[in-house]
Amino acid sequence: MERTRRNILKLFGITALGVGAKPVLNAFAQEQGHPAEPEVRRGEKALTAKQWAMVIDTRQFHSAHDLEPIIEACHLAHNVPAFENKDHEIKWIWETEYQHAFPNKTTRFLNESVEHRPFLVLCNHCENPPCCRVCPTKATFKRESDGIVLMDFHRCIGCRFCMVGCPYGSRSFNFRDPRPGIAEQNDQFPTRMKGVVEKCNFCAERLAVGELPYCVKASKGAIKFGDLYDPESEVRQLLKENYTIRRKQALGTEPAVYYIV
Amino acid sequence: MNDKKWIIAGIVVFVAIFAFPLWYNMGKAAPAPELKLTEKAKAAKQCVMPTEYMRAEHMQLLDVWRHNVVRNTKREFVNTEGKTFNMSLSNTCLDCHANKADFCDKCHNYASVSPYCWDCHLDRSKENG
Repeated sequence: MERTRRNILKLFGITALGVGAKPVLNAFAQEQGHPAEPEVRRGEKALTAKQWAMVIDTRQFHSAHDLEPIIEACHLAHNVPAFENKDHEIKWIWETEYQHAFPNKTTRFLNESVEHRPFLVLCNHCENPPCCRVCPTKATFKRESDGIVLMDFHRCIGCRFCMVGCPYGSRSFNFRDPRPGIAEQNDQFPTRMKGVVEKCNFCAERLAVGELPYCVKASKGAIKFGDLYDPESEVRQLLKENYTIRRKQALGTEPAVYYIV
Repeated sequence: MNDKKWIIAGIVVFVAIFAFPLWYNMGKAAPAPELKLTEKAKAAKQCVMPTEYMRAEHMQLLDVWRHNVVRNTKREFVNTEGKTFNMSLSNTCLDCHANKADFCDKCHNYASVSPYCWDCHLDRSKENG
């Protein structure tokens, strides 16, 4: 072939066409005979929300006796051990007094009904959780999909920074193997091991199968659970109709557990 | 080179002692363990993925499961045949392989690995008999 300008330009054109067609051919090649890949997905019944929140109507609780079944339901289901030594205590949800739950909202001569009322406290699943900021291994994290502050026990190194970071004392450390302290093991749920921190998980395992948390179920309607950012949700209705308070709100952690007093 | 015979004898003795573990254990390699399957596992014929894959890659599979359950709110696994499984070590794996001592431990001991799954996850085989 003669080396004329015309022929060289033709050659360039054909080369450019070939180079351009290659990715297209590759794409076609992949389409065919492609083996099915295994897939992971969310269950069909799973409940979803932008930020799960809880409203506790404390007016419905009169004595520690009213809270017992709620605490029991949670601790039994999650294999939370009971130890007599207070230093080894593990708690996910527990009872306290008004002045301890709301130290900066208390007053002198508090009215008697509030002063003697039992308050349920648990992890607040803050929208701005300080525990997650301090965790060096990202073992505790705020789940983007539904705002639950969760623990990945596999990754927890037991440094306890999160326990210092949490202003609510919501976290407990396993100073000893928890298994001897578990009276009845629930074999559907794992236990923890010595050396990890644990806390309430807003029953993430139940939400995944379309059920509400154990405490909500055991509360006979005194605790409501729902999406904080859905204006139609039950919790939002309650927040609209009742005056509610949150624990240590001034710290800016934005707790997602609200109390009607 | 007057000490040649001593040096050579010394080297031979040294090599013999140094290689002691090799020649002492020669021909005595422990046989690979035979896995026992439960009736339920036999009936199912195939695990969540083909046997070959499971044998070699079950730890990677479990790692993917763990990550998706704990962090991504995804708890269902759909295998290449379209079957759906709940991604749970205690509730799915051990439901079929209810003989942890004969299934998991045997191989792990042989391979001298000690995974710490069971520090937290419950071995349900104890109650299943």
